[in-house]
Amino acid sequence: METVSYMPGCTLKTAGKNFEESAIRLLEILGVTVEELERWFCCGTTYSLSSDNLMNHLAPVRTLLRAKETGRRELLVLCSMCYNTLRRTQDLVLHDQEKRDKINEFMYREETTFSGDEVRVVHLLNYLKDNVGFERVAEHIIRKPSDLKIALYYGCMLLRPEEVSIDESSEDPVIMEELFSSCGIEPVYFPFKTECCGSYQTVNKIDIVLSRAEQIIDSAVNNGADMIVTSCPLCYHNLDSSQERLADTVFGFRNIPVIYISQLLALLVGAGDAADYSLHSVDPRPVLKEKGLI
Amino acid sequence: MIVGKRLNSIGVFICHCGINIASIVDIEEVKKQLSVYPGVEFVKDYQYMCSEPGQLLFKQACGSGTVEGVVVASCSPRLHETTFRRAAIEAGMNPYRIEIANIREQCSWVHRDEKEKATEKAVDIIQSVIERSKRNESLTAVSIQTTKKALVVGAGISGMQAALNIANSGVETYLLDREPSIGGRMAQLSETFPTLDCSQCIMTPRMVEVGQNRNITLLTYSDVEEVSGYVGNFKVKVRRKAAYVDWDTCTGCGICSEKCPKKVPSQFDRLLGHRKAIYSPFPQAVPNKTVIDKENCLYFKTGRCRLCAKACPLGAIDFEQKDRIEEIEVGAIVVATGYDLYEKEKIEEYRIGYCEDVVDGLAFERLLSSSGPTQGKVVRPSDGTVPKEVVFIQCVGSRDPNNHLPYCSRICCMYTAKHAMLYKHRVPDGQPYVFYMDIRSGGKNYEEFVQRTIEEEKVLYIRGRVARLYRENNKVVVVGADTLSGKKIEIRADMVVLAMAMRPSGGIEELSKKLKIQIDGNGFLAEAHPKLRPVETLTQGIFLAGCAQAPKDITDTVSQAGAAASMVLELLSNEELSHDPTTSWIDEELCAGCGQCVSQCAYNAIELDEKKKKAHVNEILCQGCGACIVTCPSGAVHQRNFTMSQYYSMIESLV
Repeated sequence: METVSYMPGCTLKTAGKNFEESAIRLLEILGVTVEELERWFCCGTTYSLSSDNLMNHLAPVRTLLRAKETGRRELLVLCSMCYNTLRRTQDLVLHDQEKRDKINEFMYREETTFSGDEVRVVHLLNYLKDNVGFERVAEHIIRKPSDLKIALYYGCMLLRPEEVSIDESSEDPVIMEELFSSCGIEPVYFPFKTECCGSYQTVNKIDIVLSRAEQIIDSAVNNGADMIVTSCPLCYHNLDSSQERLADTVFGFRNIPVIYISQLLALLVGAGDAADYSLHSVDPRPVLKEKGLI
Repeated sequence: MIVGKRLNSIGVFICHCGINIASIVDIEEVKKQLSVYPGVEFVKDYQYMCSEPGQLLFKQACGSGTVEGVVVASCSPRLHETTFRRAAIEAGMNPYRIEIANIREQCSWVHRDEKEKATEKAVDIIQSVIERSKRNESLTAVSIQTTKKALVVGAGISGMQAALNIANSGVETYLLDREPSIGGRMAQLSETFPTLDCSQCIMTPRMVEVGQNRNITLLTYSDVEEVSGYVGNFKVKVRRKAAYVDWDTCTGCGICSEKCPKKVPSQFDRLLGHRKAIYSPFPQAVPNKTVIDKENCLYFKTGRCRLCAKACPLGAIDFEQKDRIEEIEVGAIVVATGYDLYEKEKIEEYRIGYCEDVVDGLAFERLLSSSGPTQGKVVRPSDGTVPKEVVFIQCVGSRDPNNHLPYCSRICCMYTAKHAMLYKHRVPDGQPYVFYMDIRSGGKNYEEFVQRTIEEEKVLYIRGRVARLYRENNKVVVVGADTLSGKKIEIRADMVVLAMAMRPSGGIEELSKKLKIQIDGNGFLAEAHPKLRPVETLTQGIFLAGCAQAPKDITDTVSQAGAAASMVLELLSNEELSHDPTTSWIDEELCAGCGQCVSQCAYNAIELDEKKKKAHVNEILCQGCGACIVTCPSGAVHQRNFTMSQYYSMIESLV
């Protein structure tokens, strides 16, 4: 039984509860115990690009310090935002000595310092590929859906900038395709898999998000997908919750459920029975039922 | 170490170089000090030593027999050392007894405000050179016989042109290519910019000329196996690949290909057409002979078939044929191995849109070509329909130092304009679009050609990059930016043509190692000097032509091939090659055979005799740079007239 340190972040405790629950259940079945950090901090949601104000990096560094104190080399992250900010902060501290010293000096009350290479920030997908192995995931599958067609959606935070990409290619990633192919589910052709969902424009310029979501969803539907599978809570939110308004405003708009990778995988390994679908605005249960997954 | 007899009488000439030296250095003072310096026979000065009267003065002194060596205090030896050494020969003195003391670049020019000190320094410089001069030996130039034959590697338009130029001057030439036929890339092209001459029409007469030239021996379907020797005397082992057809008997009638049941995608047609497993790459091939592609031949794969052997009226098919190694001797080599296109699979942002209807520039050439798989009809490879909206994308892989290749491939702007124009000629109601970064149309009549494409043919040029391609409803959606209007552009295209970057053809690295020539940062073959020696390599006797050296169009390729041919002819025009004798040599008593000098030599002039465990310098290749001397841990390497005792005496006179 392996144990891995885990940083949830704020969304996974609120709007993304279904992501966290399913991921932890999935990993349990795969023989991995997830141990949440005793204390963790808001990641800041976006990585600060201002070069002189290092304050914004303190919270991620503190989280990484807590991870270092567990003595484990890896820190598992599910949320794309947390992954992006933590990985980039880790890279900054590792490669920029001046900033590293400044940050560490500022946190003089900490018992230890952080130099960037003590802890590796790992996204769930990379953890499944490199630590668990896709074959081992496939071995645990007990339920086969009947002719389920999925559109795999990456968004941007897992891929950009190139240095922190979870896949060798940030333009044409294949890690999710590899995962689900090895589980016997063939993804549909989906050229919008890395298209931006509109991100935080959802807060004040919802129109941007709606037009993007429409394009992305149309592409998935037109290419024959039964559902969109993603791993980013913000993408999930933008694609799922905008469908209600799109259905009202766009003639002929067709709904499609959006679920997390871990929700689908949990169902495949037989851990999804107690799953909570109340957070979805497009209920995925009819499709899941039709495909024999629940 | 051999220390020769010291020379006791040195003549010194001081050049004023107009006012260049004389206005700073006090010539009279220098003369006064030097005239009493030990070993100096006389000191003379003149306004311009390099001028006709100056040379006369110099020759008279050299021929008088009163001096054993001469020092000329003037400009850098780079400028006039040869001038004075030639004059010495005319006067009957050994040229290696002439030395130059540089009192211009290294003294007067850099000490304009310190005349007294400059005078002092000039005296010091001249005295040190006098010391060196006293220990000079008389040397004679090294010479070797040359083999009056040449090898051209690669038989595209550049190789063919070089071979024709060399052969037409009476020098026997081997023309080698790994393909069964000569012709190279140009044979694949449809029409050429800016005149729209049909490529085949202007090229095939050349190919026939090459095939019929008595001085050219074709070595097609062959590889360079091994190269030894050096300038004037290369030995090249050539692998003649087994064609499984006896070429002496084959007449190229093509019956075998007709009967062959196995269809294979044709590389020549960029996989848009088919050939058979026994084939000749294209109908105008020279030599017109067939080869069996062993990978795909049913007989080689299953042991059954032999239909070609049954069909051949001359019995030329020979399944037992083996590769043969032929050894040839040549005096010079031209490398003209051409280019390939950068692989489109490497363009990750376009990859998701790839399908049969997204083709590279060479494939589009085959579609346009009247001898191509569609007889010149522009149709979509996927379904054979005529594409009504075609998007051409320039600079794919080029000028992208972060992700792909940093350089400009130079021909894409022009051939894309040509593609768009030819497409418009074939499909008058079609709409071509061109995405470009800049339009680089430097060349005779090139800009006019592009303007014609834009203005008369109504091709829509969009300045901006394409971010993504994807497939939708049997079309390819091109998502790009128009940076002039600042708008995002989406075009639902029937077909997309990618102007892929040019890169050196495959196998160039192994070949460069065999030839001991260098490769530049982008993988192209490196020239000796970018401006003044663009067709030479640092290895003497090996020259470059065409796109193997850098991307270029046909015009430039043919020009460069002619230049390479003239370098070969210059080299082979003498019965013997003579070479400056101030080379290094190895004192075998001291040499431990460690081989460090071998790896240091940039000119591959040193070899290690494995039996004797001694290094040996090839005097023809040695350029006298001295790298081996400083490398040798045992002090076993010396250089003629640059001996350690000469250096020490120079230093002693200075300090």
